[in-house]
Amino acid sequence: MASQQLIVVGGGPGGYAAAFLAADLGLSTTLIDPEVNPGGVCVYRGCIPSKALLHVAKLIGEARQAKAWGVEFGEPKVDLARLRAFKDDVVKRLTSGTGQLVRHRKVQYIQGTAELVDAHTLRVRKASGGEDTLTFEHAILATGSLPAIPPMLKVDDPRVMDSTSALDLPDVPKSLLVVGGGYIGLELGSVYATLGSAVTVVEMTPGLLPGADRDLVDVLARRVNGMMKAVLLNTRVTQMKAEARGVRVTFEGEGVKDQAREQLFDRVLVSVGRRPNSKIPGLDRTKVRVNDRGFIVVDKQLRTEEPSIFAIGDVVGEPMLAHKASHEGRVAVEAIAGQNVAFEPRAIPAVVFTDPEIAWAGLTETQAVKEGRKVSIAKFPWGASGRAITLDRTDGITKLILDAASEQILGVGLVGPGAGELIAEGVLAIEMGANATDLKLSIHPHPTLTETMMESAEVFFGQATHVYRPRR
Amino acid sequence: MTDFRLPELGENVTSGDVLRVLVKPGDTVAKDQPILELETDKATIEVPSTVAGQVKEVKVKAGDKVKVGQAILILDNGGAPAAKTESKAAEPEKPAAAPEKTAEPPKPAAAAPPPAQASASKPAPATANVVDFSRGSRPAPEPAPSIPDLPLAPAAPSVRRMARELGVDIDQVPGSGPSGRISVEDVKAHAKRLVTGAGTADANSGAVPAAAEPLPDFSRWGEIERQPMRAVRRKTAEHLSVAWATIPHVTQHEYCDVTGLEELRKRYAKQAEAAGGNLTITAIAVKVIAAALKVFPQFNSSIDMAAEEIIVKKYVNIGIAVDTDRGLLVPVIRDADAKNIIEISVELSQLSEKARSRKLSLEEMQGGTFSISNLGGIGGSFFTPIINTPEVAILGISRARLEPVYDKENGQFVPRLMLPLSLSYDHRVIDGADGIRFLRWVVEAFEQPFLLALQG
Repeated sequence: MASQQLIVVGGGPGGYAAAFLAADLGLSTTLIDPEVNPGGVCVYRGCIPSKALLHVAKLIGEARQAKAWGVEFGEPKVDLARLRAFKDDVVKRLTSGTGQLVRHRKVQYIQGTAELVDAHTLRVRKASGGEDTLTFEHAILATGSLPAIPPMLKVDDPRVMDSTSALDLPDVPKSLLVVGGGYIGLELGSVYATLGSAVTVVEMTPGLLPGADRDLVDVLARRVNGMMKAVLLNTRVTQMKAEARGVRVTFEGEGVKDQAREQLFDRVLVSVGRRPNSKIPGLDRTKVRVNDRGFIVVDKQLRTEEPSIFAIGDVVGEPMLAHKASHEGRVAVEAIAGQNVAFEPRAIPAVVFTDPEIAWAGLTETQAVKEGRKVSIAKFPWGASGRAITLDRTDGITKLILDAASEQILGVGLVGPGAGELIAEGVLAIEMGANATDLKLSIHPHPTLTETMMESAEVFFGQATHVYRPRR
Repeated sequence: MTDFRLPELGENVTSGDVLRVLVKPGDTVAKDQPILELETDKATIEVPSTVAGQVKEVKVKAGDKVKVGQAILILDNGGAPAAKTESKAAEPEKPAAAPEKTAEPPKPAAAAPPPAQASASKPAPATANVVDFSRGSRPAPEPAPSIPDLPLAPAAPSVRRMARELGVDIDQVPGSGPSGRISVEDVKAHAKRLVTGAGTADANSGAVPAAAEPLPDFSRWGEIERQPMRAVRRKTAEHLSVAWATIPHVTQHEYCDVTGLEELRKRYAKQAEAAGGNLTITAIAVKVIAAALKVFPQFNSSIDMAAEEIIVKKYVNIGIAVDTDRGLLVPVIRDADAKNIIEISVELSQLSEKARSRKLSLEEMQGGTFSISNLGGIGGSFFTPIINTPEVAILGISRARLEPVYDKENGQFVPRLMLPLSLSYDHRVIDGADGIRFLRWVVEAFEQPFLLALQG
């Protein structure tokens, strides 16, 4: 087979973005992935299917809340098969779309798995059977990540699920334990809770969503506490045993009292994190280096220690987010095309699609405190937002983290419905080097939640229209 | 000992949730210093202290609900030591206001510095240095010395990428916009200053270094006329200034015997004419240089100082300096190595005509890898051409003339048509010996066109 200028291993949002840009730049490109179409974990069993389910959960939640507004729907009847079909259809539509883009761009797509032979050769085991040996000028490794399951939580029983099997929505268990209070656990946990499961969340650290600013998490925590049967903080699972009547789980820590040390659950979702998928066969035949945490070591251009091989996405480091991977993929391709580029974003937005959503970008307050940086914080409570009040959701916060001297916006944090959409403006502001005055002077449409961005900038100057701040 | 109690916060506000406590036992607080971050159902507010002293005890923690009048701190305001100097927060324009704000007893030390916290009108320093109670009993965070307290350079991603491409550190670029915003022009001006070594002064002017010295008033000595610099002239001035300032030029001269070539040229001129070209020395020189660049690839390169790399081009595009009424233009003959002399002569005629009739597109002037300047049509013998950066060499051709050349075999002087050639090269990538090797190869190719087929 002829030599390709670029081979991308892994067809997730990072891999296919890279392959598509490479084709647009005129490079002969091959994309290898085990699935029928590009999409990866994100589209097949991550971001996309979970958002379809969360959308439904939100609808149910609002329908319940509508009672207070004088509209009553009665208890929802959930047809699990149709719900699954809706979710599967969403995935199918998206992946057939990426498949079409592959054909339009004339990217060679091979369904299969790859093994490195040397720094310029790959062997592909094709899904259709047979093997191919390909040579390349450059390769991009975009193999992503896998759910991490610590040994003590490894139970060979279908009732103990990871995010992938939980998204299959096998049933609505009467009781569900979510191990890990990170974004995956909270997102999926709230889907199951809305559908009717009694959900218990257990988290090892003192708070949900470790790493996120506490003031934002506190708002979410209040709602999560009302939605879940229990949230056990500073608590760990020490043992898990599959029994006939359910999964017996032993806890240890602050969250449990004596009689609750052992509990029986119908199902358990283990969502304690993800690990990089860097066990690529033949990697040891190249100079590519993997660090002690399992991430492939790359420079600012995403080049590994083997000059012909690049790596992007979850497999090169945190944050493990689709949009970070896509951006890295594009940077790697531009570097391969000879452009002097580097991966140096100022803000990688993170969104937790719970209800309310939490989103942040750039510097967090937690990080600023940790680094001892001189920053100013300007916060706008959604209680003062007309739009939030019309939604009957005044629990949100919009927060700016600013450089105290230059007023430059270094970070944005949000909690509230729609925070995931609102954060985009924050990203643009940070990337553009905007300051509080810029944000304040940009007219925002009324009545929308975007006004909270503008008004938080006004808060910085102590002049927010809808917030009175006593003078000191 | 005094208590600090939650003061009246405003109409209808009777209580709130403590988000954060901004002081800890042992801290010295000044009057008006923020003590708490409190979330009420109206807003999140910072609660300033109404008293001064040293914190003995903090009676609330994050997450507590507190009511107006409830005790928050117990303060020792008797023997309050002088506030610790916090050089970071000490803003020089404020000290005058500080003493009256801090209702503190006179300090024992005579030259006690003003309490910095009290003078800070913005909550920033306090907010950033607070212990985050929600994270447990960590010690107060020490400012990490490795992390610079600099804000991010206020430049858009497009500007940052351009800076990278130009090899400019965006953090070093002075911004000319409000709050030091960095524009594309700022980056370009900074890059220019870097290459001309003009330092970082005069951030706002994008002036070419040639204009750096003040000019005398020339009209003192007679009549003058000021003419605006046309675009081509200005571009030429800027471009050549950069080239002259950044490239260590060496110019090597050599005569070339073109007596034989001239006969061939005359013999085949008609063929070129029939094809629509002009069989000139320049057209032949393009072919010779294209062949020479294959033999000496380092003459077909560029330097990337930022990356510490030499970029060797695998294509040969020869730029030809064309004199027009607008100034100097350099159209490019692409893939000259793949064209024969007739083809080159035809293309050269077309490009020169386009240049003079202003029909040259920008693209037709880009991508050159080596330039040729032939001034022989006008006259002169030898000159020192300036390299068309980022190329690394240029060939200057002067007027061929009949010279007496000593013929050793016959022991007499014979008239030969001698062409003066001048090769300027970038001494950073090309050593002197290679310079003359290249030029000798060119000379021999002119004298023995067979070499073109043999080696080129």
